[in-house]
Amino acid sequence: MTVHNLYLFDRNGVCLHYSEWHRKKQAGIPKEEEYKLMYGMLFSIRSFVSKMSPLDMKDGFLAFQTSRYKLHYYETPTGIKVVMNTDLGVGPIRDVLHHIYSALYVELVVKNPLCPLGQTVQSELFRSRLDSYVRSLPFFSARAG
Amino acid sequence: MAIFSVYVVNKAGGLIYQLDSYAPRAEAEKTFSYPLDLLLKLHDERVLVAFGQRDGIRVGHAVLAINGVDVNGKYTADGKEVLEYLGNPANYPVSIRFGRPRLTSNEKLMLASMFHSLFAIGSQLSPEQGSSGIEMLETDTFKLHCFQTLTGIKFVVLADPRQAGIDSLLRKIYEIYSDFALKNPFYSLEMPIRCELFDQNLKLALEVAEKAGTFGPGS
Repeated sequence: MTVHNLYLFDRNGVCLHYSEWHRKKQAGIPKEEEYKLMYGMLFSIRSFVSKMSPLDMKDGFLAFQTSRYKLHYYETPTGIKVVMNTDLGVGPIRDVLHHIYSALYVELVVKNPLCPLGQTVQSELFRSRLDSYVRSLPFFSARAG
Repeated sequence: MAIFSVYVVNKAGGLIYQLDSYAPRAEAEKTFSYPLDLLLKLHDERVLVAFGQRDGIRVGHAVLAINGVDVNGKYTADGKEVLEYLGNPANYPVSIRFGRPRLTSNEKLMLASMFHSLFAIGSQLSPEQGSSGIEMLETDTFKLHCFQTLTGIKFVVLADPRQAGIDSLLRKIYEIYSDFALKNPFYSLEMPIRCELFDQNLKLALEVAEKAGTFGPGS
């Protein structure tokens, strides 16, 4: 089991943070373009899912998987989106994504007066805490990456 | 447990078959007096609740029927505009049924081609080499399963999150498609499937899958 990468978007589609661990293939487009493509895909999936659903939804879209990876999605009521790509063996990780939002983003970015909201997070503390948190996850493999 | 619907999408992203097998209905009917204590708005040719969630009527629900007669988009059965009808105090008290808006066939076509693109983007954004597109999409109310054949046709099944055996159902639908659509001399490739045998066998397969949850090893 392994974690590939993590995206953090705000409600306007700005990529607040991106980090990768075991990523074997790049999308082949500039990073800025990739963030836009990812946000656009999630935005469309959200509207797709809300139209397709036979019942009223509470949490909405949770995850999708392809033959090689699984994308986990978590959105707060304020529109912050946490997206983590892992391999297929990882089960539901809503609590992990919620922890990244509530214990890392809110504590270290929102409550930090030196971090302007709505643009890429520059805080070194946030980066390092996030990195060590993800590395400590039970499904983060120690395989060389 | 249930299977909600089946979509077949051709390799260009066009919807060539769609079946709604089971639709759980969450509807609320209520009698109102003038003035209406809900804010309604017109959206996509339908009258939706914009504000005033109460008694099982939720924001985003559409007006489905007035006084027991189904409405037709934004028009009542006798051709009057719903908003105009509900704005006239002479028509009250009135009983209105609200529920999730049903998909029109145009919307189904649009959603099918939308999924076709999402499928492609899903594979482009893969962090791993050689990934397919979206095979399973999970939400809290349903799971979408997709199987793409080597020839590019996508079979999409929407089912309850707890329904098992969808993978074998998708293979079974492919088999039914090959047997009753492709082998039908009157069927032209990539075009909408209008074959009676395909319909019958698909419905049968859905029933079996719903009951058993699986087709067992062998099929």
